[in-house]
Amino acid sequence: MSEQALKELGDAIAAKLGGDVLTVEVKLGQLMVTVKRAAILTALTTLRDDPAFSFEQLTDVTAVDYPERIERFEVIYQLLSYKHNRRMRVKLTTDEDTPVPSAVSVYSAANWFERETWDLFGVFFDNHPDLRRILTDYGFEGHPFRKDFPLTGYVEVRYDEDQKRVVYEPVRLTQDFRSFDFLSPWEGMTNVMLPGDEKAALQDGSKTP
Amino acid sequence: MSMTTVTSEPTTGVVVAGAGGPAAKTQIKPYTMNFGPQHPAAHGVLRLVMELNGEVVERCDPHIGLLHRGTEKLIEHKTYIQATPYFDRLDYVSPMCMEHAFVLGIENLLQIKLPLRAQYIRVLFSEITRILNHILAVTMGAIDVGAITPPLWGFEQRELLMEFYERVSGARLHANYFRPGGVAWDLPDGLLDDIWAFTEQFPKFMEDVDNLLTDNRIFKQRTVDIGIVTKEQALDWGFTGPMLRGSGVAWDLRKSQPYEVYDRMDFDIPVGLTGDCWGRYLVRMEEMRQSLRIIRQCCKEMPEGPFKIEDRKVAPPPRGEMKRSMEALIHHFKLFTEGFHVPAGETYTAIEAPKGEFGVYLVSDGTNKPYRCKIRAPGFAHLQGLDFMSKGHMLADAVANIASMDIVFGEIDR
Repeated sequence: MSEQALKELGDAIAAKLGGDVLTVEVKLGQLMVTVKRAAILTALTTLRDDPAFSFEQLTDVTAVDYPERIERFEVIYQLLSYKHNRRMRVKLTTDEDTPVPSAVSVYSAANWFERETWDLFGVFFDNHPDLRRILTDYGFEGHPFRKDFPLTGYVEVRYDEDQKRVVYEPVRLTQDFRSFDFLSPWEGMTNVMLPGDEKAALQDGSKTP
Repeated sequence: MSMTTVTSEPTTGVVVAGAGGPAAKTQIKPYTMNFGPQHPAAHGVLRLVMELNGEVVERCDPHIGLLHRGTEKLIEHKTYIQATPYFDRLDYVSPMCMEHAFVLGIENLLQIKLPLRAQYIRVLFSEITRILNHILAVTMGAIDVGAITPPLWGFEQRELLMEFYERVSGARLHANYFRPGGVAWDLPDGLLDDIWAFTEQFPKFMEDVDNLLTDNRIFKQRTVDIGIVTKEQALDWGFTGPMLRGSGVAWDLRKSQPYEVYDRMDFDIPVGLTGDCWGRYLVRMEEMRQSLRIIRQCCKEMPEGPFKIEDRKVAPPPRGEMKRSMEALIHHFKLFTEGFHVPAGETYTAIEAPKGEFGVYLVSDGTNKPYRCKIRAPGFAHLQGLDFMSKGHMLADAVANIASMDIVFGEIDR
């Protein structure tokens, strides 16, 4: 689908939903619409039922964690229209404590996708019929896909021969987990000031280094 | 079936005559039953907590996550090239299709265009993978409803196909063959002839399975009118692939949103009319025949040329060049330690995997590692429909439903 057609679709959605739409973007040939958190159900219902949009299927619900932001989670809904053969995604933001209205009443498929998002990110969904953990262990604590949750986790399990059962223990690593970011000063860092760079900036005559 | 029974509080039970004579009457309570997590009919580590009334399923609650490995989190800590092998381990009966979605996502972020030969090779192996997957889906579905011969024949054919995997990638299952910018190696000499020879003997296998199953009375009794999914339900529950086409929706991403060279291929999309297990079986059988057509076209039309892009910042240089050129050596070293940097952005890429729409939502922050990689597995959406599909059916029909969904836990639990 051409960028132009997606742009027109985005504008039509923005016109239909009015003030509930915050941004409309077309990037890499894909349409993204950010909506207000409280308006997600009206937005999804309109997108599904309006024959001009008719996004019949909810393909996916997920979240992305940006810990440095005030509202750290982006919740992303991927929609697919079979009638018009096009895709879009709807976004909203939330934090650890603010619940998001559950989309289960609009798309049944949202049930497990939202359970997964709750399990892995700790995004709470309001009015969800069955918001249990889904992928992690029974009795698991924490939300493992948050950026501040370590890759190794906190507990490990093993079978204990004396107690004749599986026991949970704090993780013990024989070697530290090593992570190399490869962001060397020689490349990939274009916006970073290294010590001494301010002299070059001053010579140019620009005030702020 | 070896299962533990947990009694629940009595509700309105069914009254039947017991073995002790007409006077002795037994209350049968609806009971909660645990199925799995280790059960041959569960296609992996699936645990079902079922509420049964006699033998009739009233509620079915799948407990998943027993194979959860945190793949998405692991990918966030790996470079893009290091992350591709994780995709083989998602749906481990159709590995190359999983890689395909990921590398297409990366290529969309990098905005690179593949050489034609690379696209043909990818389509060729996507279709080999589809046959690989459907043989397992169909024959394992047959074993779940009581036929043991089809899997024995099917595994022989699968072995032939995995040999092709081995010849291009060196591995029978976890191929890691599709790479950002093309494929890892060129096709070895004579491979296309052998694939052609395979396509000549494969219809005989299809015919045999067809004769054995399609009009088999027992097979039809176990699958016809079992687990009916209407078109509306399929859309509402996020069903894709054969689960959607089995319910009469003519939709296939290879046709509707073609990627690689699928728009050059001549093939048909089978659509089921009944939406039951038998309909989905027929769709998969026909898809294998259509895949065979695509494979033959790829063998005939396979163009000459490079099998990956020439940009050394994305695709590694050939081995021979590394022995002579310092530049090539540096490129190789940088690619396999640091990896390439991907421009910041986000993309959702979906392909028609054998099980349905397999999507990868990739968020890049401009570094050499993905910021977030969400894997949209078709089986995940299908399995949550097991409850409504099995309601009112017998316990053994729930097994037929699981088989017709083509469940693989590698992709569901991720």
